[in-house]
Amino acid sequence: MTSPVLAVSDLRAYYRTSAFGVQREVRAVDDVSLAIQPGEIYGLAGESSSGKTTLIKTIANAIQPPLQVLAGSVLFDFAGQRFDIHALRPRELAAIRWKHLSYIMQGSMNVLNPVRRVRQTFVDFAFRHIGRPLPEFLDVVRQHLQRLHLEPQVLEAYPHQLSGGMRQRVTIALATVCRPQFIIADEPTTALDVVVQKGVLGMIHEVQRALGSSILFVTHDMAVHANLSDRLGIMYAGRIVEEGRTADVFRAPRHPYTTHLIGSLPHLGDAAPKQGLPGAPPNLADPPPGCRFHPRCPRASDLCRRDVPALETDASGHRVACFHPATESVAESIS
Amino acid sequence: MSTALLEVDGVSRIYSRGSLLSRRQFAAVDRVSFGLDADRAEIFTVVGESGSGKTTLARMILGMVAPTAGAIRFKGRDVSHIRGRRARLDFMKEVQPVFQNPFEAFNPMKRVDRYLFATARRMAGLGETAAIADAADVALKSVGLSLAEVRGRFPHELSGGQLQRVAIARALISRPALLVADEPVSMIDASLRAAIVNLLRDLRDRLGVSIIYITHDLATAYYISDRLLIMRRGEAVETGEARAVLDRPQHPYSQLLKASVLPPDVPSEPGGRLRADPIIPQGASSHA
Repeated sequence: MTSPVLAVSDLRAYYRTSAFGVQREVRAVDDVSLAIQPGEIYGLAGESSSGKTTLIKTIANAIQPPLQVLAGSVLFDFAGQRFDIHALRPRELAAIRWKHLSYIMQGSMNVLNPVRRVRQTFVDFAFRHIGRPLPEFLDVVRQHLQRLHLEPQVLEAYPHQLSGGMRQRVTIALATVCRPQFIIADEPTTALDVVVQKGVLGMIHEVQRALGSSILFVTHDMAVHANLSDRLGIMYAGRIVEEGRTADVFRAPRHPYTTHLIGSLPHLGDAAPKQGLPGAPPNLADPPPGCRFHPRCPRASDLCRRDVPALETDASGHRVACFHPATESVAESIS
Repeated sequence: MSTALLEVDGVSRIYSRGSLLSRRQFAAVDRVSFGLDADRAEIFTVVGESGSGKTTLARMILGMVAPTAGAIRFKGRDVSHIRGRRARLDFMKEVQPVFQNPFEAFNPMKRVDRYLFATARRMAGLGETAAIADAADVALKSVGLSLAEVRGRFPHELSGGQLQRVAIARALISRPALLVADEPVSMIDASLRAAIVNLLRDLRDRLGVSIIYITHDLATAYYISDRLLIMRRGEAVETGEARAVLDRPQHPYSQLLKASVLPPDVPSEPGGRLRADPIIPQGASSHA
């Protein structure tokens, strides 16, 4: 078995503020462990304030106060080059970023400089990593654009001259031009229309298969996960509550939260209304004791109110953090 | 003869931009017509991509933007010809908005109950504190909350779903005949979204409120709406009974829209539904 390209173990990242002597702690990421294999698309799902963004910030070492990493490690392995991203010096980090580890962001307008042509943005981001003279570098860029079905003319355009879908394609080209081993995609299609979204997702899938990169794909849109990711992790209130092959998670969810999440997805053609989940996600500054899902859980027992369930792995590699996980037949009858 | 609640009659809204010398015009809404019946409450859904003019249409129905051409009549009165404070208030009592992002709709520095009380005082014309609190409580109960849960709370103390319910409750205080809900669930978490959609359906059936539901989500549109209008670049490309339109879309754009919806289940082959590379329509999300 190959070693994972990313191994996160027991990661704990809190926002800590202190104002007028009042300490406040928001436990955004609490004891998260996950591993991503080379060439894999790992989907990370969760509602807002479930800690998805904090987790990827910590993984990318984009940590700014009041966010603090209290425990755990984030280990990357880029073809034998191993390191803990939190132990790197700024210069070493800069050499890795974009070349080995790149990002696709939600707002393409925030990535592309509005007063510079796309060509200049490519130079800003990738020129020093590719290490060729400028004309050769631009040839590499043009070839890459062609592979992504983009006309080389986009290089001469300003971002505002491109449509939203086109801009997002350009940011994907920008993120993949250095052929990075690992790409973090943070809600890259959330701001796009369904018609454009499908094309952009198709492009991400195609370029990932062509380069063999791993992608950590974060979105709250379960339909996107179903169609794109190989494995899926579900976050709830700062913890991963379930993880497994995407097909397994969708066909037989075991955590009650996942069961409900998947059961409540609207399908086109549904005539019957779906039930919402009662209650609201917990406040991470003051999470409930025990399992953080217990106040909303139909299967909660005294054990759940007292102890935190560990993320247990079963024989097939499916992980679930629940004292009363559904067996397959139960999961099917609910969903 | 049935009377019309709302008539949208060949409405256009043209925006022009550029300088005096290079003036360019585009129609955010281009000759759109539809009508709602006063006798039968219904959910009328407007679907379209961003930039298709959905929100401009909503703002015109609310009387916030005047149409460039055509007319919008609410109970026979032209919405853009409402003059004076009193007439305006009467109109607002009957037509109420629900906005997309409840965290932006409420001022974070104000307690949410203030909005309910202010609406009860101004729109419902109530004076006594007890009557105001009563009206707020009744409205909150119809969305599954109560005044006890909401009183004295700031927006950040409520979840997005709760806050959107408060926004809907606020809109219901004046007992409107029409709610204009612009993407009311798109900012809300998946686990809370179904409850809001069900609430809209429930309001139609229980309180007889007609709802203009603006969305880009075809799946929820399918199960709550009676009729549907598909917009693209300001024009209405297809309209009709919601399920008939979505089951058998006629216009090529409606067909493309339906084909682009990713079903939330795992395909037999990973990435199987993504292989096709559809042509991005020109100016899909910008009019540049």
